[in-house]
Amino acid sequence: MDILQLLVGGIANGCIYGLLALGFVLIYKASEAVNFAQGDMMMLGAFLGVTFINASYADLPFLVGITLAALILGLFGYLLDRFVLRAIFGQPQFAMVILTIALGFLIRFVAGVIWGHDPTSLETPFIGRVWTLGELMIPVVDAVIIITTVALTSILYFFFARTRLGVAMQASSQNQMAAYYMGIPVKRINAIVWALSGVVAAIAGVMFAAKGAVEPSVGLLFGIKAFAAAVIGGLGSLPGALLGGLLVGIVEPFAGRYLPSGVGQIAPYVLMLLVLILRPGGLFAQISQKKV
Amino acid sequence: MSNRFKSRYDDDINLFEGRWHLAQYAILMALLLAAPWLLGTYYLGELTAVLVWSLAGLGLMLISGHTGQVSLGHAAFMAIGAFTNLALMLRGWHFLPALLASAVTSGVIGAIISRPILRMSGIYLAIATLALSIIIEDVAIMAEPITGGVAGVFAPPIAMFGMEIDRYATPEAFYYLCLAVLVLVTLGYLNLLRSASGRSFLAVRDSEVSARALGVNVARAKTLSFSLSCAITGLAGALYAHLAQAVNYESFLVLISITLLLQIVIGGLGSVHGAFFGAIVVVLLPQLIAIASDYLDNTAGIQIAAYPGLDTALFALLILLMVIYEPRGLYGVWFKVRTWLQLFPLYRKGMFRRTRTYLKTERQR
Repeated sequence: MDILQLLVGGIANGCIYGLLALGFVLIYKASEAVNFAQGDMMMLGAFLGVTFINASYADLPFLVGITLAALILGLFGYLLDRFVLRAIFGQPQFAMVILTIALGFLIRFVAGVIWGHDPTSLETPFIGRVWTLGELMIPVVDAVIIITTVALTSILYFFFARTRLGVAMQASSQNQMAAYYMGIPVKRINAIVWALSGVVAAIAGVMFAAKGAVEPSVGLLFGIKAFAAAVIGGLGSLPGALLGGLLVGIVEPFAGRYLPSGVGQIAPYVLMLLVLILRPGGLFAQISQKKV
Repeated sequence: MSNRFKSRYDDDINLFEGRWHLAQYAILMALLLAAPWLLGTYYLGELTAVLVWSLAGLGLMLISGHTGQVSLGHAAFMAIGAFTNLALMLRGWHFLPALLASAVTSGVIGAIISRPILRMSGIYLAIATLALSIIIEDVAIMAEPITGGVAGVFAPPIAMFGMEIDRYATPEAFYYLCLAVLVLVTLGYLNLLRSASGRSFLAVRDSEVSARALGVNVARAKTLSFSLSCAITGLAGALYAHLAQAVNYESFLVLISITLLLQIVIGGLGSVHGAFFGAIVVVLLPQLIAIASDYLDNTAGIQIAAYPGLDTALFALLILLMVIYEPRGLYGVWFKVRTWLQLFPLYRKGMFRRTRTYLKTERQR
């Protein structure tokens, strides 16, 4: 029973990692860039959620609050791409890494100034409620997180596989010039995908704040862990991101419980290094040998 | 601008291009040697910190700037260097062999790690090294006999040439020690860059495929570069331990790794000057903010100190502007100014126009 209980907690945590990893994968899939500020965008989403939903702030219903947070962060992502990231359009990938790291620092500072540095939790309608299955206790929060994640992953998967916009995004990441020739507005596509990843980050953030407490500096390490999850799954694969997130989420509590202290924290990174060394492209490798 | 006539092949790789160039560096060296008489104790300490971070920046510059492999985990090697040095000194070693040992240890560990890690490239390498930095952070807590666990270790005083060198008791001696190490490493670095190995690093950075076609052993070049880079960073870590007097796992957080990379980006990737410029910014920016905040508090009554983390935010803003407007960093700015002066009436605006490339997927190699 103990193991099952750990597993449930691990899966719910893993789903949040997976949600955040989805944001990484979205941007990577569409523009082959990595957004190191994704964790900080999630933090921003969490604070927006707290601002809209908590009784001491705006006191809106849960669903309205989460929608507003997602819309605002989506707009933020769009504007970020339009006014900051477009300035380095056409520069090497490495420039984007540095730029987003710097953006992360800035977002963290601004959030600290606005919301302060005390950990804050989200007040959800299902706070503290638990379903019991025999001896197994499933907090309703965990169930909500798992359902949201699975739904969002499938929607995004079909979006990329089936819709015109999704296919255009994949095309523009594979070869920008060819995408231009085919009449794809590459710059607008980039802006849209940043907006989309903002929406996903906001949902991940609200889930994060519903399960734990949020403060401005959570974004950095949480983001790195989620990025590790995305890499484990194979950057560029949406189901891979979810699987990677689940693996990271499950490994963490088990390593913390059954291995010497201190190992639990580094277990996700060790797992990622192992995956990278044994399967350099991740579990769902997106890398294929170029045919000459 | 004087035009020098090259009569020997060696003229192309001479460390100094002519007398004037040599004189410039001689003046700089003289100024640095005279610094203890020119600066107060506090600013001498800050200058020492600049030297130490320059050394760390040089280490990272070798692998990231000159070999093109981005590492986001070099604080890990600073930690290895620092803890090796202190652990050996506490067990009765003399400072100099312990310093060498810390360089060798981090170099060897770097070489061992580099084989699996350097098979990755680009973003995968960045995240792998980042993970390494986080892992070392926790290992530093767990390896208690060497690292002193959470509490950390204190640096013993350095006994050398019949005198005791201590950061606080004899700041000048410690300053000269750091300066000597930095100058030696810089000269070695410049020599390396003009040797066959160094030029093979540059070839690997510019294009792995062409480097391989020209007969460069890419794996060997990368491993050598990574291990030398780790050794230099290890030296910097050892000196940092004596500068800070006490180190624990918190001295080498993953944030330090990231800052170190940002430091060399702001200085200018791919230039030796860049490591120094970056270190100057990283060390002196908080000072500048402190001075500005005192000034604003006294004159306008604005209290900047109410916003913690302002220095990191300003640093990040600087990076942001740098990446957008001047990707070659402060060295790029300096280079442009120098060219403008040298060519005085003839400088054209489009001289340093950046080329844009169309992105192609890295997923098909």
